[in-house]
Amino acid sequence: MRKFNTTFAAAIALATSATCLQAADVEVLHWWTSGGEASALNVLKSDLETQGIGWQDMPVAGGGGTQAMTVLRARVTSGNAPTAVQMLGFDITDWAKEGALANLNDIAAAEGWDDVVPEALQKFSKFDDTWVAAPVNVHSTNWVWANKAMLDELGIAQPTTWDELVAALEAVKASGKTAVAHGGQPWQDATIFDAVLMSTGGPEFYQKTMIDLDPEALGSDTMKQVFDRMTVIRGYVDDNFSGRDWNLASAMVINDEAAFQFMGDWAKGEFLNAGKVPGEDFLCFRFPGTAEQVTFNADQFAMFKQGDAVSPEQAALATAILSPSFQSAFNVVKGSAPARTDVSNEAFDACGKQAMADLATASESGNLLGSMAHGHANPASVKNAMYDVITAHFNGEFDSETATQELVSAVQIAM
Amino acid sequence: MATSPDAEAALATIKPVRGSAGSAQVIRTGRGARFLIYCVLAIFCFYYLLPLYVMVVNSLKPLAEIQAGGMMNLPRDWTLAPWASAWSTAQIGVAATGLRPYFLNSLLMVVPAVVISTVLGALNGYVLTKWRFRGDTLIFGLMLFGCFIPFQMVLIPMARMLGLMGLAGSVPGLIFVHLVYGIGFSTLYFRNYYAQFPTELVRAAMIDGAGFFTIFRRIMLPSSGPIAVVCVIWQFTNIWNDFLFGASFSDFDSQPMTVALNNLVQSSTGVKEYNVHFAGAIMAALPTLLVYIVAGRYFVRGLMAGSVKG
Amino acid sequence: MSQPAPASRSGSDRLRDALPKLVLAPSLALVLVFVYGFIAFTGWLSFTDSRILPSFGWVGWQNYERLFSLRHWNIAVWNLAIFGSLYIVICCVLGLALAIFLDQKIRAEGFIRTIYLYPMALSFIVTGTAWKWFLDPGIGLQAVVRSWGWETFTFDWIKDSDMAIYTIVIAAVWQTSGFVMAMFLAGLRGIDTEMLKAAQIDGASNWALYRRIVIPQLRPAFMSAFVVLAHMAIKSYDLVVALTGGGPGTATELPATFMYSYTFTRNQMGIGAASAVIMMMMIGAIIVPYLWSELREKT
Repeated sequence: MRKFNTTFAAAIALATSATCLQAADVEVLHWWTSGGEASALNVLKSDLETQGIGWQDMPVAGGGGTQAMTVLRARVTSGNAPTAVQMLGFDITDWAKEGALANLNDIAAAEGWDDVVPEALQKFSKFDDTWVAAPVNVHSTNWVWANKAMLDELGIAQPTTWDELVAALEAVKASGKTAVAHGGQPWQDATIFDAVLMSTGGPEFYQKTMIDLDPEALGSDTMKQVFDRMTVIRGYVDDNFSGRDWNLASAMVINDEAAFQFMGDWAKGEFLNAGKVPGEDFLCFRFPGTAEQVTFNADQFAMFKQGDAVSPEQAALATAILSPSFQSAFNVVKGSAPARTDVSNEAFDACGKQAMADLATASESGNLLGSMAHGHANPASVKNAMYDVITAHFNGEFDSETATQELVSAVQIAM
Repeated sequence: MATSPDAEAALATIKPVRGSAGSAQVIRTGRGARFLIYCVLAIFCFYYLLPLYVMVVNSLKPLAEIQAGGMMNLPRDWTLAPWASAWSTAQIGVAATGLRPYFLNSLLMVVPAVVISTVLGALNGYVLTKWRFRGDTLIFGLMLFGCFIPFQMVLIPMARMLGLMGLAGSVPGLIFVHLVYGIGFSTLYFRNYYAQFPTELVRAAMIDGAGFFTIFRRIMLPSSGPIAVVCVIWQFTNIWNDFLFGASFSDFDSQPMTVALNNLVQSSTGVKEYNVHFAGAIMAALPTLLVYIVAGRYFVRGLMAGSVKG
Repeated sequence: MSQPAPASRSGSDRLRDALPKLVLAPSLALVLVFVYGFIAFTGWLSFTDSRILPSFGWVGWQNYERLFSLRHWNIAVWNLAIFGSLYIVICCVLGLALAIFLDQKIRAEGFIRTIYLYPMALSFIVTGTAWKWFLDPGIGLQAVVRSWGWETFTFDWIKDSDMAIYTIVIAAVWQTSGFVMAMFLAGLRGIDTEMLKAAQIDGASNWALYRRIVIPQLRPAFMSAFVVLAHMAIKSYDLVVALTGGGPGTATELPATFMYSYTFTRNQMGIGAASAVIMMMMIGAIIVPYLWSELREKT
């Protein structure tokens, strides 16, 4: 099928014309442009500088990486691929299929990556048993962030089941505050959908629908129930939710305007920046019904071929990324869990420690699953097709029955 | 259309017309109507100025004041800190450099592209109107249609071509791309302008033995002021404000200012420093605004002098 | 063009004859390759199984079949029809009205004209955030008017699936109507005054003067305005992304955003190329007849 094309990108990448890069520099394409993210990345930059390797920065923000991916296509097509690119999930697989990524097996073997990186992550860092990317962190997405003061005031305990959650939401709504702080953007709707689906159908159902894309499961009654539950949640967001950025939704919880936010662990950074303390001012817990599961997404740096062999700079960069010291320093700042399971959790806060513990347990018990909403369950075309249906349903464009059917056909077309 | 008003208008184009001309010389309006007219004009002034007002006013407030609400209020604590930040200390990528380093990249890209495409447009317009040959209208139509192509469509093939030409990720590459997609418009402006230019003058010069370039230099160019300004304004604005090509075809050391601004404004985590965003946005727009304000009066004059007549 | 009729033509004569075409040739070559060549390439891509990068596998009409069955696409086309027609009509009407008013020997005309024209100088990365604020019910116009006392004032179009597309029209009109006004103003300044004077002597009212003489003479200006506006309507990608990102849901999706999304985000370049071809056909269907009629008159 695409055998003709594996050489397309490879040939172009190999024919790289000389850029102004010194021999000992790396050019990194990423979208970590805000203060917190940049300081996290600076840890890596300084690390490399001590080794005499220059960091040439190529930041392209926008759309959570969408613009960066477009720029990447242009760069690869023109034979001018960057050294390393920040990438998520199936995008790495797609590029590896094109033959554009470098073989990192030597470094992996020398550093022992196979033993310390969770299996579920390796699925994306490797292609055809070859290491092609260095994972930086593991975000998990099935978190709930709650305003503790508000819960205490209303006498609500941390919900552990769906019914308890609904009761809690009802109580908050009755008191006049917003129950769920939400931003009506497709990926945010999908993040909630992930959690609800996992909670309703369990990990096997999640695997069948989101990862295996089984049409029967996608069109089943359980799926309809998931959509029904999404409608319930829809009733608890405020009127202004459409298009709101996720960090503004976090601000609602921080400023006592809303009680709950269903969001990944990057939300923690907002709370910490506002001076809130986990356990005292805000609570972090898994979405009710998903206490043992972790849906994850992992930022990785994919190494692009710059010639025949892996350049020494790329090797240095890859090694630096997976070094325990960097993993600890970076993830403390970024708010995620390290991609290595053998990093000490000393420097992390309470929620961070819980995240790392959950990650380890879930990885052992086979409950670590890629998040659909963040491109780690199925390829971009399918993910976006699902987004369409989920968002349209959430905005009331069709009912649950139709949504289920639409989901089946949308996935069909996108595959 | 009869020839004499055309010739009259064409002769008028050689000397720029000052003050108001045309219909306003003849049609008179009563006082009631004039009052109404002033009211309407004022209301629309508000409409056009509102976003700029919001941006300026909020770029001079400290962040706390913005977060407190009241986007239309004047600042209580006036501060220039956001501007300083946007210029030199805002986070753009790993480094906190502000927009300053990127301005040069944009200038290096915009100026040659505008100059070359204007000159080429002038030459093309000259050929298409004064040196007619069979099929020249078709050729003009072909070039004109090129104005409508959406940039997203040409991104990948252009990347490939740039790679093949060895221009990938460089400022000359960016200049080339903008040149290619600017030729259509500059040819349009000049061609329509020169179409109104009396051919008798050119013919007389030809009979006198003047060559192709001599006629261009001595006769066409000196009167091309107004339309050249229109062309330069249009090209400068479009190229300066372009994001897609600037992001896709630049390297780490040739990123234009639009990419930096995008990074400033679109950061997805952390506190959104709206005041810095607005200051940066206005800063990024200053060159084009300046061009519009300084050259603006020539704009209407230039449009008047023939390009509008299709 | 008169030429001497020699028995034999010298080399320099031939060069001189060929010179105009030689001068034109580079531009034409560039356009042929980089515009039409690329359109052809995109057309070819639309028949392949391209996903993340161009691929060579032929799939016939499959991409088009999929395209037309997508609810998403049909919404985008419908949105373009609404947005495009409103945008062009409102800009022309507004531009004409403002031009006529400004033409009435207004004091501070230059100043007002600059105010109307400046939005064109700004890109939407610049103004997108300002407009987004302004249109947001929580912090924008609705909030401000409510704080002035009118408690029931509602202006939440940008969050409403049915009305969001009209907010795009408002912002787009804001950006370009000044330019259209400048075009009409220039046109008004070139009106034939003799005809006007004659009609005035005959006793025609101001309204009739405008309707019967001035506006018909502005036809070339209308045509140029239409070209510029159609061009901007089709290219309006930055505007939509900055204001609504295509939302709420798919309420403000346009073919330009659709094409970008399918080619670059969803790794479905084949379908993206098919949508680009359809877009070019739509553009062609409008622009080509117009160009044909305009240019034929010239010759």
